[in-house]
Parts: sequence; structure tokens; C-alpha cells
Amino acid sequence: MTTYRVTIGLEVHVQLKTKSKMFCACSTDFGAPPNTHVCPVCLGYPGSLPVMNREAIRLNVISGLMLGCRINPYSKFDRKNYFYPDMPKNYQISQYDKPLCLGGGVDIEIEGKARRIGITRIHQEEDVAKNLHYATWSGIDYNRAGVPLMEIVSEPDMETPEEAFAYLQALRQILVYAGVSDCNLEEGNMRCDVNVSIRPEGQKELGTKAEIKNMNTFKGVFNALEYEIARQIEVVEAGGRIIQETRRWDADLGQTFSMRTKEDAHDYRYFPEPDLMPVALSEALIAEWAATLPELPAQRRERFVRDYGLPEYDAKVLAAEKAVGDYFESAARSTSNPKAVSNWVMTDVLRTLSEKSISITEFTIPPDALAELIELTESKVINSNTAREVFALMLTDGGRAKAIVTARGLAQVSDSAAIEKIVDQAIAENAKSVEDFRKGKAAALKFLVGQVMRLSKGKANPQMVSELMERKLSN
Amino acid sequence: MLNTLTLHEVLEKLGRRECRSADVVQAVLDAICQKDEGLHGYLTVDAETALAQAREADVARESGAKGRLLGVPLAIKDVLNVKGQPCTCGSKILKGYVAPYDATAIARLRAEGAIFLGRTNMDEFAMGSSTENSAYGITRNPWNPEYVPGGSSGGSAAVVAADEAIAALGSDTGGSVRQPASFCGCVGLKPTYGRISRYGLTAYASSLDQIGPITKSVRDAALLLQVMAGQDPADSSSLPSPLPDYAAALKTDLKGVVLGLPREYFVGGLNPDVERCVQEAIDACRRLGAEIVEVSLPHTREAIDTYYIIAPAEASANLSRFDGVRYGFRAAGAEDPIDLYKKTRAQGFGPEVKRRIILGTYVLSSGYYDAFYLRAQKVRTLIRHDFEAAFKSCHAILSPVAPTPAYKIGENSADPLQMYLGDVFTVPVNLAGLCGLSVPCGFSSGSLPIGLQVVGPALGEEAILRIGYAYEQATGWGGRRPGTVQGGRS
Repeated sequence: MTTYRVTIGLEVHVQLKTKSKMFCACSTDFGAPPNTHVCPVCLGYPGSLPVMNREAIRLNVISGLMLGCRINPYSKFDRKNYFYPDMPKNYQISQYDKPLCLGGGVDIEIEGKARRIGITRIHQEEDVAKNLHYATWSGIDYNRAGVPLMEIVSEPDMETPEEAFAYLQALRQILVYAGVSDCNLEEGNMRCDVNVSIRPEGQKELGTKAEIKNMNTFKGVFNALEYEIARQIEVVEAGGRIIQETRRWDADLGQTFSMRTKEDAHDYRYFPEPDLMPVALSEALIAEWAATLPELPAQRRERFVRDYGLPEYDAKVLAAEKAVGDYFESAARSTSNPKAVSNWVMTDVLRTLSEKSISITEFTIPPDALAELIELTESKVINSNTAREVFALMLTDGGRAKAIVTARGLAQVSDSAAIEKIVDQAIAENAKSVEDFRKGKAAALKFLVGQVMRLSKGKANPQMVSELMERKLSN
Repeated sequence: MLNTLTLHEVLEKLGRRECRSADVVQAVLDAICQKDEGLHGYLTVDAETALAQAREADVARESGAKGRLLGVPLAIKDVLNVKGQPCTCGSKILKGYVAPYDATAIARLRAEGAIFLGRTNMDEFAMGSSTENSAYGITRNPWNPEYVPGGSSGGSAAVVAADEAIAALGSDTGGSVRQPASFCGCVGLKPTYGRISRYGLTAYASSLDQIGPITKSVRDAALLLQVMAGQDPADSSSLPSPLPDYAAALKTDLKGVVLGLPREYFVGGLNPDVERCVQEAIDACRRLGAEIVEVSLPHTREAIDTYYIIAPAEASANLSRFDGVRYGFRAAGAEDPIDLYKKTRAQGFGPEVKRRIILGTYVLSSGYYDAFYLRAQKVRTLIRHDFEAAFKSCHAILSPVAPTPAYKIGENSADPLQMYLGDVFTVPVNLAGLCGLSVPCGFSSGSLPIGLQVVGPALGEEAILRIGYAYEQATGWGGRRPGTVQGGRS
């Protein structure tokens, strides 16, 4: 049985989070009615000219710096020529031989083993329009045409679908941390094409690669790779050859289909874009941008452990998504117990997000409100059961913790005289349990404490109840 | 008659209230009525709007409005976007297309009160040297209707020469303002690349195109340049250099001016009328105080090849947008998008446009890019260096504009390559990004105008305008009108 080595390379397209398009002032906002964010430039009208969006260049360079790339001090734009309905000019302004960033990489971890996946280059281009198909006609929405698109080409360093998946997740995490894109696959902020080939174990020369397009989710990339690798192995085992071609992933059918072969491949006739001046970035400017780099996820994990005394597990969970980490930090800064904040975020908050299928940015309890709730617990105004009650009330009714506790009289009873009264009552009503405890059944204590909590409608300070009960029973 | 005046004469009369804008516009419209059926310089004229705008300008002038071109009608080559007006670029593929915005140059003229009276004929997408490539019929030379007016801005030059316009705009990629100006006895200016914004100029060759005025006098050209020029944020290739006062550069002598004659241009075999007129012009410049020196432009021979590789290459991409999807002509009966493009472009483009698109696609294609496009760009640098070296020993270079006067309609249209060779003196100026001025300098034995070219270094408009003005004032060739000249010397 021959074993095969797999070689995978990924091309990821990321829409940059700028206010306006790459070469004109039209808005990049998602979800507007078709053809409402358009102008002569992004529609390719006669006489229109592109003007570079400097913020897009900055975000591209920031991404390159976050990914450990070398920034090219001199780069330029080129015209990539081909005809297609989603192309307003039937050429795309892109970068060919002098991209903005070269080299770099992404660290991934598979089953505890760390690997670094290399990046070949990062360049800047403009997005194409969106084709929409209906029963008897098709429409083109040019709102997307001209949106700044950053293309990240990986080295063919990945060898399994798992690695590809991990690379995409790690890459996405870094780019969201960098603030350059929302990387929201549903909105099309991030798209991925895959190149994959196989070769028999021991063969040095890489096999013929196939390019796969049209995967809309990371899982889709994983599934497409699994299918395609199996398909290629099957072809080779049957004595056939792999053709260099572009294939389309069909998520419904779970298969890849041939789109076009090398013979039909485009000759893009790249030439330098005469309407744009080259991009010359001084060392000073690159350094200025480098100084504004946001934290990398790995750096944030380390900082959470160091500055907030969190265990590594907590740090990993909280730092996974930048917005969650931001939420945690914002709350933690207003409390005396960051670990308590961590617990609340990791359990109650994340669980609520999952139940409601919302993101942390849509979560209705702001960080300072959560902090307030936690502080009430820390200062023993309420116990943890009550806290959960209040949390639930904050979700359904809105409002702040202090106000809710006051309005509903939920403050726990910490007055020893009052507690003693209820403890005495519980002892009096549960003679059998008292007997059991004196006989050695430790569980009876818990039961009796529980009775006190019930009698006090949950408001008694559980720690005080427990101490007092134990004292009384031991007498 | 008001339509026979220069732009400055009109402005003076308007300023002294000796006439109104409405009178000027009416006079121009009357001339168009009389002559344009025979000449076909205009593709469209919006008489009603022009008269209405003229009346508004007259009212505004009474209230003290001060626009430098207030109420003056201009003819615009049909390649420049004027909001609300057609912009066919001389092509069927833009039949019915109405410009949705003003080109920057147009907006600046409009801000000074100019009126855009009509759209002039041109070679399709500015590709041609005779206006015979227009999809809307040929334009005739007012000096002799059997002859071409030159191109690609033939319509603009013809209407100015025939006094069917006060002044006009053209565009110049390889000589398309200077050569028709020369063939029609007008003044034509190609500014330094980047001096006037290209935003709104339908692109032919992006690294070569410039808008240029076609006028009855050098002073008129200087004024239009002054209004249009200057950096434009919408055009990344426009220059940030400050604007001088071009009118102040106009002097009536050439004392201290050194003029260069490229030895490669005067090698003999030049058309005798052209040679005679240009030599007389050189003598006139000497009499005005200029010193004449010889210079060398060693890569003259390569200029045409270089141009006809670079321009079609850029054009092949610039014209890809014409596919029938968003605007313009859309062919019927297509089965899928690519079929739509093929049918639309096959039916919408004329033969010369197709020729240059295919040529341009070829020189950019895989396996040929290095040998053609890349090499041509390198030779282009050598051509630019030639001029830089020459300008170390002179302020401006003199040459003919074209190797011959206007030729007969149909004479060259069967042989595109023969037509291309007529650009030998003009294309180097575009390739090197320099400025060039064409001024009338005499007539052929057949009574056809001949033009003198004054080439200046980049941002050297003051020098070439000065030289052109002094020469013009001393010799008066620009004052001639069709129908008044007998052949030979006048």
C-alpha cells in the first residue's frame, strides 16, 4: 500500500476594514441595496481614474508586520487583464511582481505540536462585483467592486486538512486582532482558494496540483481537502494522472468538479498600472506604523497570565476571540478579582452567547455592569446563587445589578442574630437530621444548611450559616 | 462677424459691452448652420442650451460676475466628458451614451463661465491621424474639402479654422492636437504630461494622453491652459507643480532664446513645401533674436515603433471596459456574457480600433511581453534622455509638425502603416512627456496650411508659448482664413 505525502497551499483574500473603496470614495458598508455604493470609478465608466486608498495600504502593511513579513520599500500596482461579468473594467488593479509584503508566517498547534506555516507574499488589489443569479436572468451588484482586498499567499507548507484548518483559524485570529478586517465569512470578508497535490512517500518532486475554489467556510475548506486528497489518490492508484486544473467545491454534493484546465488558463498580460504612482514606503513611515501594532493573540495570552494571574487555560479561552478578551479586560479592570471575571465570562457569558447565537458585541450586559455584579459577590452583599439570579434578571429585564438587588431585596442576610434565629428554627424543625449529624453523617450538615437557605429564601450568607450551624451542632 | 474673432477679441468686446454672449453664440451657430453640413466638424450641437446659458452669462456679467471665460462658447472633442452631453468618442459602441459627470478640465472651464456648445468629430477612440476612422463620417479640411483635417482631433481643428467655433479642445496622445492644428492652420498645444488632469478624458493610452486647446492664437491657447491646468486629486498622474502666469510669458522678441534643430529631423527627403516653410520660420526666429543650434536626437528612428507598441498595449486594457454591460451599445442575441462581449465589441468597434487592440494584446501576451512591451518602455527612456540632453544646449526644439501637409481623403486610409509614419515628429513628445506647440507657418503650393512645432522640456510651457507668440506676431500666419489664400507664398 503506497502512502502519500500531501502538499497544501492556501490563497486567502481578506476585505480590509476601510471606510471607502480601494480606488474611490464609495462606502464599503455591507448590506446596502444593490448598486447604491457606486461611482464612475468603481463602475469603470469612460474617463474615470483610480486614486489609491492610503489607509488600505497601511492596513496591508500592518497585516504584514503582524505576520512577520518584510515590507517592500518600493512596490507597484499592475493591471491583471481578463473578461468576466463581475469585472467593471475587465481588468483588475492588483500587484504582480512587486507586492507590498514578502515572507512571514503563522504558528499553528496540532495536538500539542507546534508548526510554523510560511507566507510567500501579501499583496493589495480590488475586489470584484457580485453576480446574482435568478430564474431567467442574472444581475450584477457593483457595491462590492473596488473594495480593498488583501491577498495572502501561503507557502505550500501544509500537509493535512487539519493543518489548513488550523492555519485559517490562526490567520483569522491575527487579522481580527490587527483590526484590519472583521474576517466574517458570511459577509464575504474572508475567502479562500486551495492548491493541493499528492506524491508517493519518498518522492521528492511535488505532484501536479489542483486548485479548488468556492469554499465558503473553514469547515468547507477542510471537507474539500479531504475529498480532493482522496480523489487524487484514487486517480493515481487507478493508474491515471492528475491534470493541472481549477476545480469547484460543491458543498451540497460534497465533491469537487473541474472548472477549467491549464489549456484554458488565462494569460493575464500583467503590465504596470499607468494611472497609479508606485508605492514608496520610507523606513520612518514603516516604523511609525510598526509602533501602532496591536498585540498578537499569543502576546495577549501571556499578558493575561502575567498581569491578571490567570491560569493558561483561562487565558487561552479568553484571548481566542479579540472582542471577548476586550470584554474580559474591560470588566476585570473594574473588579478586585480577575479570576472571578474570567469564570463568569468563560461560563455564564459564553454560554449565554451560544444559547442566543449572538456575538459578544451584541451581548446586552456591558463589561462594567458585569463587574458591578461580581463586586457585589466579592463584597458578600449577595451570594453566588443570588448572583446568578440577578444575572438572569439583567438579561431578561435589563438594568444594573445594584438596582435589582435593592429593588427586590435580594441582599443576603449577614446579620448573625437574624441568621441565628433561622439556624435555631432549622435545628428545631429537623431533629432527625441533627441526630444523624451527631451520629457521624456529615451530609446531614449540608442538608441542614440547605434548610436554612430555604427558610431564608436563599438570602442567608451561606458561609456564616455553615459556620454557625457547625458550631451549634457541635455543642 | 463675431464668430471670426479670437477668444481674446471676444472677451474684450464682451468686457466693453460691445456685444453680448448671446450674439457671439448666435454668430457661431449661424456659421455652423452655413458650413457644417459640408465640413461635418460637429457631431452634435446643443443650440438651445447654449443660447440659454449665454443669456444667463449676460445677466451674470451685468451683476458683476467675473468668470475668465464668462459666456464664451467652446467646441469640445467628443472624447471629453461634459455632464449631460453625449460622449461617443467617435464610436458606435458609445452611441447614445450621455456623460454622467464633468471632466475636471471641463469643470474648471465651467467654473469660469464657459459654454459647451457642441461635440466635435474625431478618429474613433482617438486612434488615427485623419478623422477618417470616425464611425460617424469624415470631417473635411476647410481649406480644401477633398483633404483630411488631420486627426484624431480633426473636428475641433476644422471648426476653429472655419470660424464655426471661437476655440476648441482636443486630446493629444501621439500628435492628435498638434497635427490637425497644423493641417488646418490653427494653434494646437499639447501640455506636459500631467499638467492638465486626465480625469474625465476617455483614456486611449494612459501614459501618453493629454487634453490640449486648439485655438486661433497662441494667447488664446495660453488662457485655456491657465484655466484647465493644475493638480487634481482625482488624477494621480497630475503634477503638483505650481502654475505660472502663462500670459506673462508672452513676449514679442526671442532675444536670448536658443533654439535647437535636431539633425535627424532635417536629413532631406522632407516634403519641399514643409521644408521651405519650416526653414523660413527658422529664419524668422533668427531675426527675432534667437540663436539657432544643432542638437541630436539619436533615437528618432525608434520612436514610431516604440509608440505603436506602448499606446496600443495600454489602449487594449483601457478599451476592455466597453462590453455592453453597464453603458453604451449592447448587441442583441447573445447567448452568454462572453458571447455578449464578442458580439458587442465586434459590432461596436471600427477596424482601426480592433487593429490596435489586437496589436496591444499581442505585445503584452505571455512570451512576447519582454521582447515588445518591456523593450519599448526601455527605448522610451532612451528617447526621454535624448531630449534631456538636447535641452542642455537649447531652450526649445523646432521641427515640422508633420512630414507633409494634409493629404487627400482616402489617400492613406488603405495603408495603416503609412498613416503611422506621419506621426514621426509628434510621438516623441508624448513618449518623453514633454510639451509641444503647433503654430501656422505657411502654406503648401496647394494652399494647404503647414505647421511649425515648438517642443519644450517638461513644464516648459512658458518657453514654447513665448516662442510661438513672438513668431506668430511677427509673421501673422494665424490670421489667414480659408478661401482667402492663393497657393505658395502669401
